[in-house]
Amino acid sequence: MFEFIATYAPQLIVAGIKYTIPLSLVSFVVAVVIAATVAVLRSYVPHATGLGKLGWQILKLILWFYVWIFRSTPMLVQLFVVFYGLPKLGISWLSPSGWIAAVWVLSLNTGAYASEAIRASISSIPDTQREAAAALGMTDRQIFMRIILPQATRISIPTLANSFISLVKDTSLASVVTIVEMFYLSQQLAAVNFEPLKMYLLVAVIYALFVTILSIPQRYIQRWADRFVKDQR
Amino acid sequence: MLKLEHIDKNYAEHHALKDINVTFNPQETTVIVGPSGSGKSTLLRSLNLLEHPDSGKYTIDDRTIDLSEPVTTDTLLWVRRKTGMVFQQPRMFDHLTIMGNMIEAPVHVLKQSKSDATKHAHELLSAVGLDDMANRYPYQLSGGQTQRVAIARAMAMAPDYLLLDEPTSALDPELEAQVLRVLNNLAQENQSMIIVTHNMDFARHAADRMLFLEDGEIDFDGTPDEFFNKPTARIHRFLNAFKFDQDEH
Repeated sequence: MFEFIATYAPQLIVAGIKYTIPLSLVSFVVAVVIAATVAVLRSYVPHATGLGKLGWQILKLILWFYVWIFRSTPMLVQLFVVFYGLPKLGISWLSPSGWIAAVWVLSLNTGAYASEAIRASISSIPDTQREAAAALGMTDRQIFMRIILPQATRISIPTLANSFISLVKDTSLASVVTIVEMFYLSQQLAAVNFEPLKMYLLVAVIYALFVTILSIPQRYIQRWADRFVKDQR
Repeated sequence: MLKLEHIDKNYAEHHALKDINVTFNPQETTVIVGPSGSGKSTLLRSLNLLEHPDSGKYTIDDRTIDLSEPVTTDTLLWVRRKTGMVFQQPRMFDHLTIMGNMIEAPVHVLKQSKSDATKHAHELLSAVGLDDMANRYPYQLSGGQTQRVAIARAMAMAPDYLLLDEPTSALDPELEAQVLRVLNNLAQENQSMIIVTHNMDFARHAADRMLFLEDGEIDFDGTPDEFFNKPTARIHRFLNAFKFDQDEH
């Protein structure tokens, strides 16, 4: 048993460090940027009239469609469409490599879910906060950026952490677009050593290990974000 | 001077304000009383346009706003700088320290320097007896303390008129007394104030003028002396609602 672990664990961990972790981190950063932008735009109530109003309506429809399509289709299918399908339409610049295709899909998919989480936390801030700031003469933009968003950010942290954990595990799907990440490697190894049970259990343990380590910062981020609601220990 | 002329406000099922005509003079403390749902809060909130009346004219100093039309953002922000507002709940910005709450609007709305705003904030916090709390977060203060901060925060914008919407209704009697002491001090300094309250002792003591509202109309407009000592039948009933020992038969 020990020999088995000593033989295969290092290879898997190397694959994890080379693919799983960078794929997770890069995709998560892009996803949060997408999610925050989409959530802010979808939360915004424009005062515009005429053409400006129409522009906002079209933009909101596009954003709604983006969130809808990514949340209502399997990520595996999305990967196949982007990596194998789109180049057939001549759109190969979008996915020049499996790595880029995986980052696109993981970011857009996670971003769609996370945008809803952020949007929910924005709308959870009571309207009394907006009114109090308005009564002090603050503009709508100042109220949103300086009063609503900082408080909403704190509330969205646990949900975003959840999205991140899902994302780390979802990187295993990148195996279908030719990336030899941990799961793909374990499949290859199992095909050679005929030990599928041990092999997949081992890779499962390593995923759990990675998720646990990558989740450590959440504790500190949450503690920092909670500074205005709890006494620090 | 704040002057409302022919102010009307309708909600779906409720005529909140009916042809209100009233002028609030500078350096006076006006207390607005009346039963729940009489339109007191709507009237007060109309004064800083948190509520937009359907029609009527609103004059501040020498500028008149026609309320039957939408107001521009500039006008709205100008009105809000003339009138400070304190609500029933302190409505602290929970993510900012007490000092952060104090200087947020002076720095970002009035564009004061941070050091000027901070210095002024310390003076205002001292005046409400809370300067030692400057670096705390709102959750670390009691309800009475945060309400005093809310008053100081409104005063940091140096509004011509301070509007207070039942500022002590959520407090127990001792905390209420702390807040009323602060308001009494402001009244002595001739800060122009318009207060909606149910505290008759405070009204009797601090008011220069009393308004009694009922069903969206001003039923009484006069001095506290008239209000308390020569009440109409309706006001008499309102004032005596608390006397449980009175035998009605």
